Amino acid sequence: MKYLYFIWKNLMRKKLRTTLTVLSIVVAFILFGALGSIKAAFTEGADIAGADRLVTIHKVSLIQSLPYSYVNRVRSLEGVSKVTWASWFGAYYQEPRNQFAQMAVDAESYFDVYADMLSLPEEQMQAWQNNRIGAVIGTSLAERFGWKVGDRIPLFSMFDREGGDRVWEFEIEGIFSADTGADSGSMLFHYEYFDEAKQWDKGTVGWLMIEVDDPDNAAHVAENVDALFVNSPAETKTSTEKAFMESFMSQFGDIGTITSLILGAVFFTMLLVAANTMSQAVRERIPEMAILKTLGFSNQSVLLMILAESVLMALLGGLLGLLLVWFLINGAAAEVAAFLPGFGMPSSVWVNGLVAIVILGVLAGLLPALQGMRLNIVAALGRR
Amino acid sequence: MSDAHQAEQMPQNQTASSDEVLVELKDINKVYRKGKEEVPVLSDLNLTIKRGDFLALMGPSGSGKTTLLNLLGGLDSPSSGSLTIAGERIDKMSSGQLTRWRARHVGFIFQFYNLMPVLTAARNVELPLLLTKLSAKRRKQNVMAALELVGLKDRAKHTPSELSGGQEQRVAIARAIVSDPDLLLCDEPTGDLDRATADEILALLQTLNREQGKTIVMVTHDPRAADHAKQTLHLDKGALITGA
Repeated sequence: MKYLYFIWKNLMRKKLRTTLTVLSIVVAFILFGALGSIKAAFTEGADIAGADRLVTIHKVSLIQSLPYSYVNRVRSLEGVSKVTWASWFGAYYQEPRNQFAQMAVDAESYFDVYADMLSLPEEQMQAWQNNRIGAVIGTSLAERFGWKVGDRIPLFSMFDREGGDRVWEFEIEGIFSADTGADSGSMLFHYEYFDEAKQWDKGTVGWLMIEVDDPDNAAHVAENVDALFVNSPAETKTSTEKAFMESFMSQFGDIGTITSLILGAVFFTMLLVAANTMSQAVRERIPEMAILKTLGFSNQSVLLMILAESVLMALLGGLLGLLLVWFLINGAAAEVAAFLPGFGMPSSVWVNGLVAIVILGVLAGLLPALQGMRLNIVAALGRR
Repeated sequence: MSDAHQAEQMPQNQTASSDEVLVELKDINKVYRKGKEEVPVLSDLNLTIKRGDFLALMGPSGSGKTTLLNLLGGLDSPSSGSLTIAGERIDKMSSGQLTRWRARHVGFIFQFYNLMPVLTAARNVELPLLLTKLSAKRRKQNVMAALELVGLKDRAKHTPSELSGGQEQRVAIARAIVSDPDLLLCDEPTGDLDRATADEILALLQTLNREQGKTIVMVTHDPRAADHAKQTLHLDKGALITGA
């Protein structure tokens, strides 16, 4: 710590150069934080997926619906403990930009299958089950629109009601909470209401969620489910929930690879900028380093002081960048909740960011630090 | 016995030196290599410096003065011969050992002061103390004592750019003495100063020698500067000469 003042003073010797380099690092780490958070938001669903749950969709695509009769047929299969189902509703509130996820579900079995992730007070569950047009919403959705229990909300759906009207009314009967990473920005309502009131495609469901007795047996059960409907008009494709989520996310492209490539390019560019700054800073101070060694500072001390200066510069820019992006993401989280539920800056981005900062600092300062360490005092003093 | 050793026995007009030998050079040779060519800089040099001495080294450019100073300061190692300072054979020391030895035993004063431009006078003086285990409070006390000794206590918070050349050199002297070294090595300490300021600096060095008992070796081209030393040795072509 006693060297910190000296290191700081050296870093601030050329204020403009240091400021510009730090600002470059700030921008780089804003990108790092933003892309890392987007990547996490896209992959988090897969990470929290239950190992004992399967998802069955139409073999052609998720958009194609399945006959409702499949529910009971799957239920009767060996190894299946619970089955529930859902249908996509595709509606918005008041105007198209107010998008969020709504699903028509079977209230009791849905919360039973997702008991590890979703929780709803018992009295609210009762109230919901007793109200045909009742719905429950996640905590972040309630916060987003300021909705509360008892509110009556109209949604404009892609599905026509009988009679051609596309406005569907719901009464909020409960607010459910979701574990970290699970979607608390969605709305669930009764499948019966949806199926009876919609004009077309009656008697179908979007997909099935199956809980198996033994997670080790999940692959076998999945095969049995698909075998059950082979050569039928609606063949199925069953996979683990994790595989399903990953497949769903891959529709947006390989987010992981794209973000990694961008971050790699940003990091490499940043490394060159920071290394150039450190290299110039050290080259200007060669006689001063020779004096330090003359006074008794060891080669290792000189090496560590230059590395510390480089890491300090990276820390200044990196932490500022991560803090700024954290504020930005917190501000934007509600706005993008419809598309990226659970969007935020997870701790993994902070940890990776700190590691990247240290690596950037060390790599940028390494060559100049070695140059300083190997400096020959007599030759360097002769250059003065 | 070489000329150099005879130089140590030259008549001395000052008597402040003790009889204790601080520096002893025996048959020192220093050869630099330029490609395949060997350039001898110091040849069979013998020299003894007693504790409390104030020695001026004079000679033309290229005579080996700075090389000798570098050897005495442990900045360079002799090609052959033995170099003992304060009872330690520094010619046998590794680079790391020499670094630690310098911090304990030698203070350096340069022609161009060589202060850290980003640090205040006090922080510059504190630099050698960062290598010790002294507390921050104790370091500060020692720094202020050193600055007071060179008459610059009131300039402690000034950076080098806010000081005159003479003041900068005083700060450099404070930095050299703050860790209480056995030996002060001065390389043209007045070479960048006007006459009056140079005399002030030389008077300060004399005071440090007389009152603090510091052993000083000073390289200079200036005979008036050399007059402030207790004895003057002349180097020419890498050898000490008598009667110059």
